Amino acid sequence: MQYALLIYGHEPSEAAPEDLMAAEFREYGAFTAFLRARGAMLAGEALEPTSTATTVRVVDGKTLTTDGPFAETKEALGGFYLVEATDLDEAIRFAAMIPGARRGSIEIRPIFNVPYPSGDTGSSQG
Amino acid sequence: MAGPVPLASAHQLVDRLFREEQGRAVATLIRVLGDFDLAEEAVQDAFIAALETWPVRGVPHNPGAWITATARNRAIDRLRRRRRLTEKIDRLAREATESALRSIEAEPAEDAMHIADDRLRLVFTCCHPALAMDARVALTLRTLGGLTTPEIARAFLLPEPTLAQRLVRAKRKIRAAGIPYRVPPPELLAERLDGVLHVLYLVFNEGYSATSGDSLVRRELSAEAIRLTRVVDQLLPGEPEVLGLLALMLLHDARREARVGTGGELILLDDQDRSRWDRERIAEGQALVRSALEVGRPGPYQVQAAIAALHDEAATPVDTDWPQIASLYRALRAMAPSPVVELNLAAAVAMADGPAVGLAMMDGIAASGDLERYPYLHAARADLLRRLRRWSEATTAYGRALELTNNGAERAFLERRLAEVATARGAEPRPN
Repeated sequence: MQYALLIYGHEPSEAAPEDLMAAEFREYGAFTAFLRARGAMLAGEALEPTSTATTVRVVDGKTLTTDGPFAETKEALGGFYLVEATDLDEAIRFAAMIPGARRGSIEIRPIFNVPYPSGDTGSSQG
Repeated sequence: MAGPVPLASAHQLVDRLFREEQGRAVATLIRVLGDFDLAEEAVQDAFIAALETWPVRGVPHNPGAWITATARNRAIDRLRRRRRLTEKIDRLAREATESALRSIEAEPAEDAMHIADDRLRLVFTCCHPALAMDARVALTLRTLGGLTTPEIARAFLLPEPTLAQRLVRAKRKIRAAGIPYRVPPPELLAERLDGVLHVLYLVFNEGYSATSGDSLVRRELSAEAIRLTRVVDQLLPGEPEVLGLLALMLLHDARREARVGTGGELILLDDQDRSRWDRERIAEGQALVRSALEVGRPGPYQVQAAIAALHDEAATPVDTDWPQIASLYRALRAMAPSPVVELNLAAAVAMADGPAVGLAMMDGIAASGDLERYPYLHAARADLLRRLRRWSEATTAYGRALELTNNGAERAFLERRLAEVATARGAEPRPN
């Protein structure tokens, strides 16, 4: 199964000292390398802070944009991994290895396979 | 084999046998189908078939195997009907499922290991920590216990649609989130088994502690918890905490008849008619505690069972071995520290070493504020103050306990005590 591991945490109000940042990147690099070695890594990105976010919704055919994230919460989405895991237990194990799990929390969401109407191949799996 | 039997009693017999045996069929079909609903529907079909045929032709030699085989056939029927509706989709998957269903028959009916594996897997799935606790409880009772949705709703005093919705959501999450259907690997087993035992203990307590609600249903709930704990013990033999929990349940359940008065009021341990305790259950519980402790891996359930055994052993309240109980609470505090264990320890120390020593410990707990809203802290303190003849402080403490208690029987008891200490206080010569 495919799971998104969504990394939530506090957004620092100012940039962390360089050596701390470097240590954190190394930790993430090690986890990413672990996933790749197992063939479990499908995608993963870190996100710019919520101060750079734009929220879009369409109301009566009009596109409305607002500055900022969808919801103002204490913990913000800071990045994600998309992984292949045999079941929820393995996804939980991966999530617990993410450095952000110690400072914030990881939300695990199974990927929903959008069913395509017959005749429309839609995906490369046909 | 038994021949025709009167219809009413036959209905009861089918009902009872079915409840005992259906868990195996559900577990096996869920393994093959990966679909809780289809498995449950098929087993429900088999129940109706049993109601029709057993009273006429007699109970089959192996009811469990009969139910599994019948449910399997009904599952194939249901799958075929569904397939006609969605002919083109997933034909291969459905054919694979159907052939897997047929292979159930090829498995020997008495293949106990296989069935055991299925049921053990199902226990761990239903009690998975990714499900909300109330969902785990409901799912365990529905799927493994074979209680109907209305029965579970009644036991938890919930509207039926609320409970039905809870079950639907839990099953959907199992499917969509990929909660595994398996016995956890060794590195997860201890933690997950703990979770299973927690669910079973919760079910037992729901049927034991609360005095509100339908007493018959509550009795059923405790009986079901005991039965399922026995099943887990059969499936994972020799696990000391499983034995400990089973012992704990039996040793408490043994007092069930004596702890409720004719008017439905709660009777405290000290005031119970001990001749009404179930000696057979006590003996079984004691034997279980002993064999659990022999394994040499003590845990919180074993210690609590040992405490319950000491209470059950005492012929009268004064015969209770309080020093031993106090030392067991100390052991429990070391394993699973909590303010409530601390309070129980203080109460045991008060009995072993005198109320003044116990009161000092309780004052410490009260000062921490952790149990400020816990009525039993104030009631226990009040009792020690009463025994120390500190009437005025006892009056205040009983008053506080009463403010926090909703249970009618407990309120009546506290009011009686409050009146006693108030009278004693009035009778005492006042200073100056």
